[in-house]
Amino acid sequence: MGRFVVRRLFSMIGVMIAISIVTFLLFAAIPGGNPANRLAGRLANPEEIHLIEVKYGFNKPIYVQYVRTMKNIFTGQAYSYSQGFNVLTEIKAGIPATFSLALGAGIIWLLTSIVVGTLAAIKAGKYTDRILTVLSMTGVSMPPFFLGAVLIYFVGYKLGWLPIGNFVPISQSPWEWFKHLLMPWFTLSVLFIGFYSRILRSTILDTINEDYVRTARAKGLSERQVLLRHILRNSLIPIISLWGLDLAQVIGGGAILTETVYNLHGIGQLAATAISSLDIITLMAIVLLTAFFVVFLSAVTDILYAFLDPRIRLS
Amino acid sequence: MSASAPLLEVSELKVSFQTEDGTVKAVDGVSFSVGAGEVVAIVGESGSGKSVTSMTLMGLTRGPNASFQGTATFEGRDLIAASEAELRRIRGGDIAMIFQDPMSSLDPVYRVGAQIVEQIRAHDDEISKAAALDRAVELMERVGVPHARARLRSYPHEFSGGMRQRVMIAMALSCSPKLLIADEPTTALDVTIQAQILEELRQLRSETGAGIILVTHDLGVVADIADRVVVMYAGRVVEQGTLDELFYNPQHPYTWGLLGSITRVDSDRSKRLPAIPGAPPSLLNAPKGCHFRPRCPHAFEKCTEVPPLEARVSSTPGHLDRCWLEPERKRKLRVVDGRIGLAPEEKVVA
Repeated sequence: MGRFVVRRLFSMIGVMIAISIVTFLLFAAIPGGNPANRLAGRLANPEEIHLIEVKYGFNKPIYVQYVRTMKNIFTGQAYSYSQGFNVLTEIKAGIPATFSLALGAGIIWLLTSIVVGTLAAIKAGKYTDRILTVLSMTGVSMPPFFLGAVLIYFVGYKLGWLPIGNFVPISQSPWEWFKHLLMPWFTLSVLFIGFYSRILRSTILDTINEDYVRTARAKGLSERQVLLRHILRNSLIPIISLWGLDLAQVIGGGAILTETVYNLHGIGQLAATAISSLDIITLMAIVLLTAFFVVFLSAVTDILYAFLDPRIRLS
Repeated sequence: MSASAPLLEVSELKVSFQTEDGTVKAVDGVSFSVGAGEVVAIVGESGSGKSVTSMTLMGLTRGPNASFQGTATFEGRDLIAASEAELRRIRGGDIAMIFQDPMSSLDPVYRVGAQIVEQIRAHDDEISKAAALDRAVELMERVGVPHARARLRSYPHEFSGGMRQRVMIAMALSCSPKLLIADEPTTALDVTIQAQILEELRQLRSETGAGIILVTHDLGVVADIADRVVVMYAGRVVEQGTLDELFYNPQHPYTWGLLGSITRVDSDRSKRLPAIPGAPPSLLNAPKGCHFRPRCPHAFEKCTEVPPLEARVSSTPGHLDRCWLEPERKRKLRVVDGRIGLAPEEKVVA
């Protein structure tokens, strides 16, 4: 276990360095991506741009620029190329919204998809299953910006049941926090529920034919015990590991569309603004954050996996 | 066999499954009985319906596509008509089952102790977890698992195949079953382990007086342990009788073929191992009359009618078979190269 953690830690660092290099090179290769243009503003003349290039070192070799960018990000000295704000301060400001969205939606989509997937599997081939299949496929193919807009229009505007967009910190008012997040949670979850419940359904249908399930029945257990203790317990393993990775993405600002459509001012929305203005340094910081969560939670998932499935040994 | 009613009496059991291609008559009128302390072997090749028969007794073949006829009376209760709740009490309690593949028959994510305790507690609401665990230790020791108490904390994958089958047997024994159904319990095991597992079953029978149904295709195992033998072919019983009757006076050509295909240490190695030509019929579209007719070198016109399962030799009323041939003729036909076997096609004498 100890050795596993140390090894995972080292590979984590390696993966993040690799990701940062690839991201940096990608942005450097984008035409018109020269950060001096952003910094100088729209009406700058070539001399001013050149001055900025020299001042910030954008005319230096790319590896020098890379090291400098990374140093700035990790020392908190990174300032947005297009808006001038401190990148770390801005990311920190986005964390409450993004975490609230990710954790709430993560719990909702995990629990709902377990219920939906199990129901579809035990009713396989019947009407319940067919209806759930159609609903799942609808969920999978429902883009968040569309569902978000529809919900905002009907639930928020026409019916006035829930506030339209924006984020309220839980410290300020838990009830308002909850009300403001209901629609974003739902919008983000729908996508994952459709996907997860399909996977769980097919995993359960495979597990049902396992010999140990027949043994469980032969032992005289009730159908409920067989389902919960043996079928579901074994079928949840792939879902849980998937959940860790998807959650990591959303925590790292991956829910760009949902955050933007509800104007939550989270990390995802920050990323959306940064992309549209080719704000490379902000994007670099966000990509690194996302990469960190993905790598970190995948290590956590691996540990969890070993607990869920005793055949797996951490090594 | 005792004069009293047998432990289990299966009568005209029929099981069919509705599939996309049509109705599969997996079991087509099977009758046999098992007495207390008796080992009845059901033999036949894959697809003969032997596993379906044994699993049907436990209600494990029930499903939306399965339909059943006939009865299986166990201590006055009909297992075929029993409700799911009634069956659940019997399953793992009075009737326990051991399966073919011990590698996959235990749940990989629970410790074996928990799996044995689960069964004990499923049939005894009163027993505490600690008491159930003690009982599990006892059972594991009894079936010969060393360091039983420590091993209860192991997971199935930490056991060898033979040890896992012992765990399965320990689990099956946990509620002192009156009938044990063993579905190919030794097929997936090494020969040396096979012998040990059979010894466990033999001991169990003599200690508890439980009846045992042993489903197998291994006639060596049958000769080793069975009191009576039921030979199944394509969903029907083609012959049944005591071990001696079946091995020394087999009546059905299929049984001859089975016996003839056993390898022997003293056989001529340059010769091919005799096999029954052809393959078993599809149960979707079984042949009219005797199911073995298409593969039988001795078939004649009458074989297009289904032969009844009845005693053909008057001196042995418990020895039943389904074959139209006269017992006198059978005695001649079944001898091939000086021992019992099924004559190859070209040697058939009209």
